This record gives sequence, structure tokens and C-alpha cells, in this order.
Amino acid sequence: MADSVEVLGALKLVYTIYTIAIMLLIAWFARGVVAPEGKPSVVKPSTFYGYVGVLVFVGVAIHILTFNKIPWVEIDFKRDSIKADQTFNITVKDHKFTLPEEKLTIQCKNYVMFDVDSKDLTYGFGLFRQNNSLVLQMQVVPGSPNQIMWQFHKNGTYHVVSTEYSGPHGGSEMTLKNAVEVVGCEDNDKYAMLGAK
Amino acid sequence: MSFIKTLIQGNEGGLYADGLTPTQKVTLRAVIVGVLYYGLSAIEGMLMRAHAITPLSLFEQNSHYFSVMTVHPIVGIFGSTYLIVFGAFTFLVPYLMKKPLYSVKLANWTWILIAVGALLSWLGGFIFHYAPLYTLYWPLPVDFKQYDAVGGLVFIVGVAVIMVGTLGFIYNIFATVFYTEEGHEKRPIKPLLISALGIDGFLNIWYKMTGREPYSKEPAVSLPVVAIFRGTIDTFLDALVILTCGVLILVYIFGELAGVPMDYTSVNALLYKNFFWWGLDLIADGLVLIYVAGTWYLLAMMITGKKLFMQNIARAALLLELVVSWFVWSHHLLGDQGQPNMMKLVSGEMVTAFELVTQGIAVFITLVTLWSARPLKVTFPLKFLLAGILGFMLAVPAGILQADMGLNRVLHNTQWIVGPHVHVAILVGLTMTLYAAMYTLWPTLTNDVKLWSNKLANLHFWGQLVGGIGMGAFMGMAGMDGMLRRTLYLNGEYETYMLLAGACGALLIVAWLAFLFNVIMSIGIQGLIGVFLPSKMKTKELVPKTQVAE
Repeated sequence: MADSVEVLGALKLVYTIYTIAIMLLIAWFARGVVAPEGKPSVVKPSTFYGYVGVLVFVGVAIHILTFNKIPWVEIDFKRDSIKADQTFNITVKDHKFTLPEEKLTIQCKNYVMFDVDSKDLTYGFGLFRQNNSLVLQMQVVPGSPNQIMWQFHKNGTYHVVSTEYSGPHGGSEMTLKNAVEVVGCEDNDKYAMLGAK
Repeated sequence: MSFIKTLIQGNEGGLYADGLTPTQKVTLRAVIVGVLYYGLSAIEGMLMRAHAITPLSLFEQNSHYFSVMTVHPIVGIFGSTYLIVFGAFTFLVPYLMKKPLYSVKLANWTWILIAVGALLSWLGGFIFHYAPLYTLYWPLPVDFKQYDAVGGLVFIVGVAVIMVGTLGFIYNIFATVFYTEEGHEKRPIKPLLISALGIDGFLNIWYKMTGREPYSKEPAVSLPVVAIFRGTIDTFLDALVILTCGVLILVYIFGELAGVPMDYTSVNALLYKNFFWWGLDLIADGLVLIYVAGTWYLLAMMITGKKLFMQNIARAALLLELVVSWFVWSHHLLGDQGQPNMMKLVSGEMVTAFELVTQGIAVFITLVTLWSARPLKVTFPLKFLLAGILGFMLAVPAGILQADMGLNRVLHNTQWIVGPHVHVAILVGLTMTLYAAMYTLWPTLTNDVKLWSNKLANLHFWGQLVGGIGMGAFMGMAGMDGMLRRTLYLNGEYETYMLLAGACGALLIVAWLAFLFNVIMSIGIQGLIGVFLPSKMKTKELVPKTQVAE
């Protein structure tokens, strides 16, 4: 089951290839359009319509692909109909998270619901690995339901951090170190094991 | 000629300010002030970049750092981009419509109000450390436990003044399109309106499909003006939304200052966020993309001297882009779990994906038009135009990727958003397009002042291109490794990325200085001052008659 490390690794690769390809394309175009031996040429409308078709296909296909390949999308869509195995009610007020327990322990593959309630400002709720890479996040808006359901497949210990700006004392000052632990899995999340970098 | 003499008088005599028409002057004033505000915004950005490199930490208080972050986009978008764009369009719309600007006086008030408003907002951050950031998530802007209400008052009044100036620009543009100048036979509104909205493009396609003669062989409004007209509709809607939110915040500020604080829970934070983002997104995903497409079309036609490839499609696509821009705001709320899934799916993902199509069409049409006129000369307008297109070819797909419910969960609020998407779009896509327009209009607006140094112009080009793409790339890499935007990391967590991004940021400053210095050496300090003195030419003509004759 893919996690954010794999998803972002794939994104890094794909977007880097795309970036290099586009820069080379424009460089090729720039050379060609000013080349003294270049002749005016006409592009057929059919080429244009084919190109527009490709754009539409790519725009839609990205979302279909991620819906099928990124596991948390479907869970997010169906979170109202999936029964949570564990639920954690968390409150935020005055730039401080209050957890139901000092450390939230999650059993592997359980459907876990983080239900976060803001008593004042708009915050963010994010889980981060020991190497500071992001596992999940949501906005925490006062007066609105802020629930995110997740399923973990690897052991690890995670920090809770507010991912949204809520004033100079928000952000990194709103960090609870090693506040969430996932246990009982066969595999370890190597970047989330204590001491990992 | 000695260096000092050139600095004062300009290159080969520099700019003869007394020979500028009132329309030339008002355009140059807006653009010059916009370029100066760009520099302020770039310096602010560089200060923040330096602060992110641990040993260089510059700000003693976090509140100061975040107040800089709050005013940075206000100065950059409104103080700089709005002024440059509005200045250029104030000249281009009458120029392309072949009639005088509706009101030079109103155009002067426009740039003055926007410049003063940007300064006020900047002071709100600089003096009072008011720092709710430009997103103004409710109730942060009225959280007076954190912020001084007077600071909020100065900041919000500044933004309101900018919006009033913006409304002045909008009125002037629409009036210029529709009014009938003295001595001209009455211009009927209907064909102008149909053409300005691009409906004639649709009708031409429909008539062709049904085997009829085109609805309009010679459209009443040229394609770039269509783009400006459409973009200005979004500018108007955006100004209304921002003004409305500003009034709401001012009510709370006045309550606080009067000693009768009000309950901020009376405003639903999620509803407010939807409303505010609907308006704010009309800048990023509306007027910017539409204005840019129009500018590309204009530049392609001016550089090649040819008609645009697929004109009718381009006209129709601009209307599609306008409608698309009204329905994409939910991509800013993909991380908000209270937002209905269907809105995330339809508005946030699917309609947003159409920006790939509309912007892709603009890229294709512009490139094919250029290609159809091979071989072209290597000129600064062409170089900057291609760089601007490259910027959007990089930044728009980055935005489409983050507007995906799966990827947004791990990209939202990270440096990815502000790096490969926002800063590449603005610094490379938008700004280099604007520079292409400036280099193109330079001879027309200055009555043929010769540029002092092509080497400096090349330094400007490469510094902006490499600095903009490089900074965006390193910010993006940091974002994918979990670095949040709007969060201070003072323990060297992302040091390598921040050093590299800082170096690229420094390159952007060098590029701006090269451009500024080149402009000053070209027109001279005398010419620069003369631009801001009243015009001695009492004429409604856009350019002096001698230039027209040439």
C-alpha cells in the first residue's frame, strides 16, 4: 500500500522529467524560430484539435489515476460510511493542541478517525515523520467538522504539527513531538522510526 | 558621454519628457511605480529567504517576519503587477481601439490610489506588525489578542484604497471600449459588446459548422482588447469581494477601537473562506491567466506582423476561461473537511483541470503564430515572451497537480504551493510576459529612446529566468520533503534547499537592479523626473503626431 513517501517520490520524478522536457522544448523552439534557414510553416487545425484532446485527457486522467492509486482518496470519500475502529477527539485553542491521551497509540490497519475541533482560529492538523516529511494534513476551521480518516500500514512514531498559519505563535510552535505511534505492523516506516533522519 | 552625464541626461539625450503626451505619461508613471514596488517586494522576499537560512536569521520577532510575509504579496500583486498591467492596458486599449483614452485624469487617480493604498498596507505591517497574511482566514484578521486594531485599520484601509483605484481602472477601460469620441459617428453598443465578450468567436464557429458566411469577418474589437475586457470583468468581481470582506473586517476593527468588541463567531469561517477565495481566486485563476493570454496574442501579432492562428477559437477560449475562472475556487479548500466532497470533485478538481486546456490553447496558438513567421529576429520581446510562456507551462501543471484530492493531502500548505506554482507563475510566467510587453512598448512610450545596454538587458533576462525557475524548484523540493510555507524553521531543517533558493533569490534581485539601472541610464534622471511633471502637450492623442508620421 503506497504511502506519502512513495507518492511524493513518484511526483518528484514525474515533475522533474516534465520540467526538463518542457525547458528543452522551449529551447528547441527558440532556436528554430530564429534559425535563418527556417521557413514559415502552417499547422493544420486537426493538429490543434488533437492537442486540445490530449490536454482534456491528461487533465481528467490525472485525477482518475490518483483516485485509483493513492489509497487515502477513497477512504476520504467514504469516511462517513466507514466505521472507525479508533476515534481521537482533539481540541485546539490558544495555539495549543489538547489530545485525549499524552500519546495516541494506533493499531496497524485500523480505520482511525482524527476529529479536531478549533475553539478559536483556523489551524491545521498534520502528522509528520521523524525526518519532517508529511504523512497527512487537514485544515481545522472553527465551527466546522474537521474529521480525517486514515489507515496506517507501517509502524512509526509521528509528530503532530499545525500546518496552517494562525499567527506568529502558530506553525512550528504548535508541535507535539512523538505524539502518535502506530504499532502492530509487519513493516516499519523507516523515516518514522525514533532516531531516523 | 561621461557616466554622470548619461545618468542625468540619459542615453543619447535620453527621454524628452516635454514631448510626451498625457497618455504616455500616465502609462509610464504607473509602470515606473510598479517596477519600484516590484523591487520592494523582491527585497522583502529576499529578507524572508535570508531569514530561512539559519545563521542569517534577520528578524528578532516572529511577528515582524510574518508582517513582512503579509505585505509581500500585497506589494507584489497590487503595488507592482496591478500598476504595471493597468498602466500598460490604459495605453493599449485606446491604442488598439484607435481612439483616445476615455479619461487621463481618472487614469492618474488610478495609479495614485493604488500606489498610496499599497503604501498604507505596507505601513500596517511595517509599523504595527499586523500579520494575518493575505488569505485573511477568519477570524485571524480580527483577532485583537494578537494584533493591534490600529494596524488592522491601516492595512485594511490600504487594501480598500487599492480596490477603489482598481474600480477607477475598470470604469476607464469599459468606458474607452464603448464611448464615442468627438467627431466620430455614433458607435453602436451591441456589436462592441458581442465582440468584447467574444460571442462573435462562438458565432463564427457555429456559422462555419452550419455552412454559412461568418457572423463577423472583421470583429468590432481586436483580440487583445477582448482579453483585456474579459479579464477586467474578473478584476471587477474580485474588487467587489475584497471590498466586502474589507468592510466586514473594518466593522470589527471599529467595534474594537470603540470599546465594544464583537463576537467573531457570528461569521461562519468556512462560508467566509468560500466567499473570500471565490473572489481572490479570480485574480490568480481569472484575470491573470486571461490578461496573460491576451498579452501573448498581442505580442505574437506585433512580433510577426501576422494574424493570430485560430482567431475564432482564441476568442471563444477566452470566454470559456472567464466562465471557468468563476467555478474553480474550491481547489483552495480541498483540505477543508467541512467542504462538501462534490464541490471538491467538481469545482476543485474537474473544472480546475480545464485551466490546463484554456492555458494550453493560449500557449499553442501563440507558439504556432510565431512559428508561422519564421525566421524571426532575436529580440528582447521575443525572448521574454518565450520565457513567460515557459513559466506558465511549468506553473500551471504544478497547480493542476496540487488541485488533486490525493496529492493535495500532502502538498497543501507546503513550499510546493508557493514555489513551483505561485512563484514560478508570477516571477517567470507573469513578470517575464510583462517585461516582454515593456520592451515591446518601450519605443512607443518613450518616443524611441535607445536602450543604454543590451548586456544589462541580457543579464536581466537570464537572472530573472534562472532565478525564478531555480527558486521555485528548490522551494518545491523542500515542500515535497515536508517543509511548510508560513512556518519558520530555525534549526537548519531544510538548510541546503534554502541556501540554493536564497542564491536564486539573489539572482532575481540582480536582474531587477540590472533592469532598473538600464532604464535609468537610458531615459536619464531628468527624463525620469519629467515623467511625473504635468504634460505640456494638451492633446488627446496617444502618441505625438511626429511619431505617428514616422
